[in-house]
Amino acid sequence: MQLSGAEILIQCLAEQGVDTVFGYPGGAVLDIYDALYRDGRINHILTAHEQGAAHAADGYARVTGKVGVCFATSGPGATNLVTGIATAYMDSVPLVAITGNVGLSMLGRDSFQEIDICGITMPITKHNYIIKDVSELADAIREAFLIASSGRKGPVLIDILKNVQTQKTEYVPATPEVYKPKATPELQAKKLAEILNGSERPFILAGGGVIGSGAERELLSLAEKLGAPVGCTMMGLGSIPASNPLFLGLIGMHGTHASARACLDCDVIIAVGTRFSDRVALNRDKFASGRKVVQIEIDGAEIDKNVSTDYSVMSDVATCLKAVLPLLERKDRTEWTNRCIAIKKEDVIKAPVEAYRILRAASEIFPKDTPIATDVGQHQMWTAQYYPIEAPRLFCSSGGLGTMGYGMGAAMGACFGSGKKKTLLVTGDGSFNMNMNELSTMVTQNLPVVILLMNNGVLGMVRQWQKIFYQNRFSQTTLHKKTNYLKFAEAFGAKPLLIEKEEDIIPVLKEAYRAEGPVLVDCRISPDDNALPMIKPGQTYDTQIDTME
Amino acid sequence: MQYTISALVTNKSGVLSKISGLFSRRGFNIDSLSVCKTEDPQLSRMTIVLNGDDYTLRQMVKQMDKLIEVKKIMPASENESIFRELLLLKVSASADIRNQIVEIKEIYKAKVVDLSLNSMILELTGDPNKLDAFIRVIQPYGILEMARTGITALKRGDECIKDVESYEDLI
Repeated sequence: MQLSGAEILIQCLAEQGVDTVFGYPGGAVLDIYDALYRDGRINHILTAHEQGAAHAADGYARVTGKVGVCFATSGPGATNLVTGIATAYMDSVPLVAITGNVGLSMLGRDSFQEIDICGITMPITKHNYIIKDVSELADAIREAFLIASSGRKGPVLIDILKNVQTQKTEYVPATPEVYKPKATPELQAKKLAEILNGSERPFILAGGGVIGSGAERELLSLAEKLGAPVGCTMMGLGSIPASNPLFLGLIGMHGTHASARACLDCDVIIAVGTRFSDRVALNRDKFASGRKVVQIEIDGAEIDKNVSTDYSVMSDVATCLKAVLPLLERKDRTEWTNRCIAIKKEDVIKAPVEAYRILRAASEIFPKDTPIATDVGQHQMWTAQYYPIEAPRLFCSSGGLGTMGYGMGAAMGACFGSGKKKTLLVTGDGSFNMNMNELSTMVTQNLPVVILLMNNGVLGMVRQWQKIFYQNRFSQTTLHKKTNYLKFAEAFGAKPLLIEKEEDIIPVLKEAYRAEGPVLVDCRISPDDNALPMIKPGQTYDTQIDTME
Repeated sequence: MQYTISALVTNKSGVLSKISGLFSRRGFNIDSLSVCKTEDPQLSRMTIVLNGDDYTLRQMVKQMDKLIEVKKIMPASENESIFRELLLLKVSASADIRNQIVEIKEIYKAKVVDLSLNSMILELTGDPNKLDAFIRVIQPYGILEMARTGITALKRGDECIKDVESYEDLI
């Protein structure tokens, strides 16, 4: 069947099972949008800005486990995707970004809206393509999906020249190639099991790789068989239910006392699908001193990169754990397990912040399977600390890149990905201002997203650092905005709600939960609340700061 | 410490910039990089000389291996590989000293590939140490300009880079 490049693109997306695409049209993708229109199978969500589209595709991918797809035109359309692509790259989220570019005869002449997006996205994609001939297109799209969703997942960009979109060629349908992780060599599984069996006080450090690999069941078995408590990185939240007694909470810079203590007192750190980022291993040289480290990680480059391991297996997490689990011996470690659980129980919050009460109440009102997105800052840490994430693929947060403005797009994508379930977004007034335009998209799509806007009038996290490191010189972190968020919500067509005092919390959240379509809850909180505990960069887990008087 | 890495990469535009971009953003210092065609028109061969420690070597191999364009990669071990480099060197050579230079190039088995009134171009192939020694001896006569290709390397014996399954056992 002779089809144009644009038609082949749509056919190939359908082949891959793509049902939802987030994007924004423009001159260099007119043919693609025309093919999309004529085909009619794919639901296209028109965002307010391409950044929103990229974050939405990211949120969609995190919630579904499928590859997220976004479209943008050449030039500014493409560059607007960059932050979203980088966010996905840092958090290993499978994404395929499709951009148009000027035709071959115009390429390299600084034509209108021409940009070298492949050059720009080189360091933030797993791979990228510039398609100059239609004969290369179908294979590139199929390969892009395979690359994005295999091994350590990540974004792939395909830049399609305008002439390719109209050029015709024979389209030969194909079924998508499925990624199959390599089996873990028996010898490696044995060696790993030997170390785990020998451990008296094992501690599991669970990262995003557990979720990426779909290994939550295996992780739970590992923890239960070993009696090993689990600390989760930001990306790992949800890999073990928050209600499981073995879950000790978030680990790292703003981690819980219990996870820090367990990590310090254990004899073997079992790092599963995690890369020892500087927000977890704040001091990479002292992080594991005196303890053994074993690491299961699909990306070989992450093994021995930041923290040296005593033993490592370069493997898909689920595959490796499946091989190791039968080799584990039952051993009584109840004393160790109970000790860790006891610390967790005693781990009462010393200085409860106002947001804590709101998040706690929300977690009681909203069902356990509610997708929850955050932006970046104090509210993000509070959510990671206090909001119980009961399952994988519910929590969407920009961990590696720390992208303020991620939340609106991500919540939108998460909502679509979950089949339009009631979705929560926890954001701050700083982050919200970065991409609040996407509220219009949520309204157009009538998405049941409840936005908890933690409004403190300051850039809380930066301000907190100014308190600690810059003697309270609050340079440019007080916002002085005159924005009326309630009127803003109303003007955009969303339901405005206000939490001003403690008594408001439960009735307002209940009302927000019952409402149809997007709700913006303006939560007035104190500018002086801090995200604690905190460990300063470069410090160790025994230096947690608990108060900031 | 110097390490040499051989890699087979897809022969497409943009590959070199992807690899050099990787080096600069990860802070890998390289002494030389040479790219050439291979027996397979789909593939190019890169030989990279890294200046760094063991950690950097491992990171470099692993990070390069992640690039889709890199099909095979292996460090070229000092003892089991042949290393060669080509030097073209233009030296100032007026009629009165020409004989002295010709005498030196005989010892090093270099070739005279161009001769002008006041200069000559010498060509020498060998391992990099030999080239360094030759340059040191020629230096006093006045080197006008020179070009070195950078090291290229092949493993001795029957085994080829395309037979390498994984870098894991090699670093």
